[in-house]
Formats: sequence, structure tokens, C-alpha cells
Amino acid sequence: MIPLLVAALLLVLMGIAYTQGFSRSRAIAATGVRLHSRPAYHGSLVAIRCLLPALLVLGLWVLFGPGMTRAFIVAQLPPDVAALDEPAFLTAVRRIEAIASGFGVAGQVQPYEAAAGEAVRRFHTFALLVVMAAAAGVGILGLLAALRRISPTLRARNKVESVVRVLLLACSALAILTTVGIVVSLFNEAFRFFSFVAPADFFFGTVWNPGFATTGTAAIGEYGLLPLLWGTVMIAIIAMLVAIPVGLMTAIYLSQYASARLRNVAKPIVEVLAGIPTIVYGFFALVTVGPFLSDTGAAIGLDIRATSALTAGLVMGIMIIPFVSSLSDDIMRQVPLSLRDGSLGLGATESETIRRVLLPAALPGIVGALLLAISRAIGETMIVVLAAGNSPVLRFNPAEPVSTITVTIVNQLTGDADFAGPQSLVAFALGLTLFVMTLLLNMVALYIVRRFREQYE
Amino acid sequence: MTVSIPPDNTGAPHAPVSASAAGPAYGETVRTPDTVPRDVRLRARHVDVFYGDKQALFDVSLDIPEKAVTSLIGPSGCGKTTFLRCVNRMNDTIEDCRVTGEITLDGQNIYDPSLDVVELRSRVGMVFQKPNPFPKSVYENVAYGPRIHGLARSRAELEDIVVASLRRAGLWEEVKDRLREPGTGLSGGQQQRLCIARAIAVSPEVILMDEPCSALDPIATAVIEELIDELRLLYTIIIVTHSMQQAARVSQRTAFFHLGRLVEEGPTEVILRHPQAKKTQDYITGRIG
Ligand SMILES: Nc1ncnc2c1ncn2[C@@H]1O[C@H](COP(=O)(O)OP(=O)(O)OP(=O)(O)O)[C@@H](O)[C@H]1O
Ligand SMILES: [Mg+2]
Repeated sequence: MIPLLVAALLLVLMGIAYTQGFSRSRAIAATGVRLHSRPAYHGSLVAIRCLLPALLVLGLWVLFGPGMTRAFIVAQLPPDVAALDEPAFLTAVRRIEAIASGFGVAGQVQPYEAAAGEAVRRFHTFALLVVMAAAAGVGILGLLAALRRISPTLRARNKVESVVRVLLLACSALAILTTVGIVVSLFNEAFRFFSFVAPADFFFGTVWNPGFATTGTAAIGEYGLLPLLWGTVMIAIIAMLVAIPVGLMTAIYLSQYASARLRNVAKPIVEVLAGIPTIVYGFFALVTVGPFLSDTGAAIGLDIRATSALTAGLVMGIMIIPFVSSLSDDIMRQVPLSLRDGSLGLGATESETIRRVLLPAALPGIVGALLLAISRAIGETMIVVLAAGNSPVLRFNPAEPVSTITVTIVNQLTGDADFAGPQSLVAFALGLTLFVMTLLLNMVALYIVRRFREQYE
Repeated sequence: MTVSIPPDNTGAPHAPVSASAAGPAYGETVRTPDTVPRDVRLRARHVDVFYGDKQALFDVSLDIPEKAVTSLIGPSGCGKTTFLRCVNRMNDTIEDCRVTGEITLDGQNIYDPSLDVVELRSRVGMVFQKPNPFPKSVYENVAYGPRIHGLARSRAELEDIVVASLRRAGLWEEVKDRLREPGTGLSGGQQQRLCIARAIAVSPEVILMDEPCSALDPIATAVIEELIDELRLLYTIIIVTHSMQQAARVSQRTAFFHLGRLVEEGPTEVILRHPQAKKTQDYITGRIG
């Protein structure tokens, strides 16, 4: 309700400011003077100059409002409560906040609490009114000031353009800062983990056997990354062995041989594979592919476990086929048709043309697509949770169950672990490892793709 | 003045030719009497070309003589490139392109289903309107064709072919020190000559050149025209050009296209100096185009 009101207020202010600025500059233009900027820019500039101060006031309230409310609540507390120790005191404050916001609290409401809650509510309403009035006030002031400054020589266009630039910059900064924030917290928690387990034991340990401490937060058991890393890599390799040939051949067929009509039907169908939720792939692997592999293995005398690196890798490979085929198809169709004509015109066959001209020309882009697919495979979770067997042991036989980094993160974070012990903190170290791996792959991929782009410009 | 000769009308006032001397007249094309080429290598009869529903060529019949240069002239969009691409079946690569009629090379219908398109294209080479070097080195660009067709038995032989082709295309002096650099890094005119070198490296019997000099300066143009003159002694050449002077300099026969129709064809001097058809006269004198 309140946010809606504020938004409506701001919109109305903005509308008024814009039309005022627009008609004022129009009026000046009507006298025959040549304006530096068109009326629309003058209108926008007035709107900006009206809106910015108002937003500033609201921003200040968002920043300092909660602190002021807290101070007000503390002032309402009877002296005996105010003298309580830290946790009890905080509980009292929270109870009053809850009463004031109308959510209610558990247990008996003390009279002083009810009174304080009422007071806080009144304070809140009052403060909001004041803030909105102040925002409207400075907005109107800004509007008036901006209107007075309208003149034929005012460079409104340039000013509006620079505001737009700052706005765009702010949006991209937000995206980047979020990423940075996630990475920083990842690092932070990972470092806390490394205060329990030495980095060397983590990165080069060959045994994964984290004990569950019943008391305290000491590191019990062994936290060796290598079995998990190897499981991840092995499954990714199996997946790529499936996805690269099938995906590339699909791409070559779609881009070079298929008619436009067939391609328009077939490509979306292949892409549907990418839209299937990974959990569905997971139980497909668990229920169908695993038993099938194990039966087939038994028939030819091989011991293949139903949940194994092979099962998970196979299904994951199927999942990333559309990544490979769709991206590669796009890339191969970016290669100019004239190159293909040039080769065919010299009497090369279709497949010679593909092998000697199109694939080399598209190769960097295709490698980029493959790397993106690999990083997708490495980060994939649901399929391996269900189908890889969850056995964090260093094994080299793909027919045996393994575990991966992602599976282990899930394992360590589910359950009632608190975030103080190494048992759950290790998830952050694992997450960091995963993040660095995919980051490196993506960077290499982007670099290669960019180099490819330059070739035809 | 009418410009058309009905196929069976041997007594039209401005074309008093007997059918036996000029051959049958095909379609509405005006043909200069008594000059029908003798050693016809390539024969197009009633060729219609459609791009989807849009017709780009209408009933084109044209004889292309051996060991001579035939130039195709006409305003932009009249179908010169389209006709050229019919001759080595490059139109097959355009999905909704349909060709009807008959084109024969040495008497064999090139649209016969049993014909090997790949073999046809190795005999009928093409230089495209827009330079299209492969993103490979200059050397590899020229060596591409000979490699594919196994024309060289040794490295040295391949090198000889590459150098000779570059020389004949007048590019050797400019690229002899940068054979390993990418062909796409050359200037537009150099790229066009690279494509010419690439095409002649496989020694085709018929060479189709689509505006080969449109990006070249007068000196490079002169080199290419000399090359064409030299190639004419051995091969059959069709060249598309927008320059009447060039047509006059290099070609023995000229065909004028307009709006997808072959309006007039005959010896170059006749077409350029004394064209019969009104449209040809207008084009030559710069009134349409
Ligand atoms: N791939 C294509 N798809 C559809 N229409 C085409 C295609 N190629 C050519 N056309 C059309 O066919 C007609 C003849 O084109 P063509 O390229 O043969 O002209 P041109 O005589 O070579 O012209 P220019 O001198 O400009 O090169 C034009 O109207 C053109 O728009
Ligand atoms: Mg053309």
C-alpha cells in the first residue's frame, strides 16, 4: 500500500514536471527563438531535476528510517527492560516491532509492550507522512528551480544524455556488484573452512571422509578434494564423449544439408532437450538408463553398476547435446555463404567443403561452444545426485559409482548442520573450486569466441 | 520498330535471314544475322530461372563459342549473375531456386540427373562478383583447388601451380613475400585477383567471371584483361561487365540482358556500334541502366 502510494506520488510529480518543462520550452520556441534542445529534452530534464531530490529524500529514509525507529523503540522501554542483557533486550525490541507491525507475538503481551507498540505504530505513520511531504516538497522545489532555468541556450539534451548514461552504468554496476558480492562471501566462508583444514590437505587429499562431530566444531575425518574432482571430471568427459560427436554431426547436418523447412522443425525439437528439467533427466537416468546399462553389461559379461559414472555421464551427454548442436549450428551458419560457394565452385564436394573450409572457419567458435557445454556439465547437479551413486572414493572404473563436487555440496548442506563447523563450511570451499573451474572455462571460451568474431568484420 | 523475331518468321524486315543460316531464332532475342558462332561449346535453350515465385530469367537461349570471350552486359538486376550461376549449377546451392530449360556443355545436358555436379564445376570455374577468399593463407587459397583434385603429384609441383597462377593473375609481385599471411588480409582488389588465381589454378575449360574488375584500378584491370586475352586461346570464357569499353576490349561476342530477358546478342562490334533492338540502343547510349 505505502510503496504504491509513494510510486504514484513520484509518477504524478514526474508527469507534471515533464509537461511543465515541455510547454514552457515550447512557449519560448513559439516566440521565434531557436532552442538548443528540443522541448522533449527540456521536459525530461525538468522531470529529472524534480525526481532526483525526491528520490534522495526517500533514499535517506530507507537508509536511516530503521535506525530511527529502533531508537524510538528503545526510548519507549521501561528502565528495567532497557537494562537487560544483550539477547533478552533484543528479544524485547523485536516483540515490540512485531506488535507495531500488526503480526502479533507469541505469549502474553505486557501492558508496556502494547503501549510501546501503539506508540511505534503512530510514530511510523507520522514519519512516513513527513517523509512523503518532504519528498514532494523538495520535488516541487526542484521542479520550480528547473523551470526557471529553461532558456534557449540551456543544453538540456546533453544533460539528459549524461543522466541516461549514469543510469545505465548504475544498472550494469548492480549486476557486477552482485557477482562480486557472491564471490566475496564465497571466499570468506571458504577461508573460514581453511582455518579448520589445511588447504594442502583439501586440494591434494585423496580421501573424502568427513566425520560428523557431535560436539564442538573441530575437523574430524578427512576432506580430500581429489576423489570428488576426479568424479566430476570423469563424468564430464563421458558426457562430452557423447555430446561432441552427436552434437557436432547434428549441427553439420542442420546447417549444411537440411532444407530450411526441416531445420525450422528439427532445431526447436532438439532444443527442447535443453528445456527438460534436469531432475527429469535424473530419474530417467536412475529408472531407465541405469538398469538398462547394468542389464546390457551383464549380458556381455561386464559388471556395470546401475548408478555409476557411466550412467550419469551418458545422460548428461544427452542433456548437453542441444548446447553443442544449437550453438555450433548458429556459428556454422555465420560463416558467409560466399565461402561455401567459393569452395563448391572450385569443384569441391559438400563434405570436402565442410571439412576444409567451413569447419576450420567455424572452429574457434565451435570450441567456445564446447567449453560452454563442459562448464555446464561440470556444474550440473541433479543428474549426478540421482544417478552417479554418491560414492566419494577415488576410482578409475567408469562402471563404478562415484561422487562429484556438486553432489557433495548438496550432501554437506542438507540436514541440520550449522554453518560454523567444517562439515558445512567445506561446501563453500567446494563451491569456490567449482566456481573457479567454470570461470576459467568460460573465460577461455569467451576469448576464443571473440577471436572468431573478428575474422569476418 | 519491333524488336522481336517470331521464331517462324523468316521474313522479318530487319532480319532477312534464312533459318538455315542463322539457325532457328529462339524467343524474342534479336540475333545478328550470319554470325551465329560455329564452335559452340555451351548451348542454353529456353532457360527460365525462378527464385521462389519470382522469375529472374525468361526464356533465355544463347550459344557460347569455344576459345572466345562472351560478355554479358545489362543494367543491375537484369539476371547476368543468375545466368552465369546456371552454367556451373551454382544455383543448386540456393534453396528455392528452380531452373527449367536446357543447358548443354559439349552436347551434354548439364541438368541431367546423372551428371556429376562436382565434376562439372571442376571443368567450369567461376570468379564471383564479390571477392570471397577463404580465411586461409594466400598460398592455401590458391592450392585449395589443385589439392582437392589431386593435380599436383609433389609439393614442388603444387608450388609451381600456385606461383604460376598468382603470376597470371598479376598478383605475384605483391604477395610473394606474404604467401603465409591470410588471404582475407589483402586489399579488395588483391582479393579479387587472388580469387582469379584460385579459379585458374584448377585449369577449368570454361571460366565464368562475374565483374572480375569491378574493384580493380586501371593497371590491375589491364593485367586481368591481358590474362583473359591469353586464356581465350585455350578456354571458353564468359565475363559479366558493366563497362562497355571492357566488353569492347576483351570480348568477341556480347549478349545484352534486360529485366531477365536476353534482348540482343551478336558480335561485340555489332552490339556496341549498331545495335538493332531499341532497348540495346538505349542502354549503349546511356538512356537506361
Ligand atoms: N538468391 C536470390 N534470391 C532471390 N532473388 C534473387 C537471388 N539472386 C538474385 N535474385 C534476383 O534475381 C534478379 C537477377 O539478379 P542477378 O544477381 O542475376 O542480377 P545481375 O544482373 O547480376 O545484377 P548486378 O549487375 O547488380 O550484379 C534480381 O531481381 C535479383 O533480385
Ligand atoms: Mg551480378
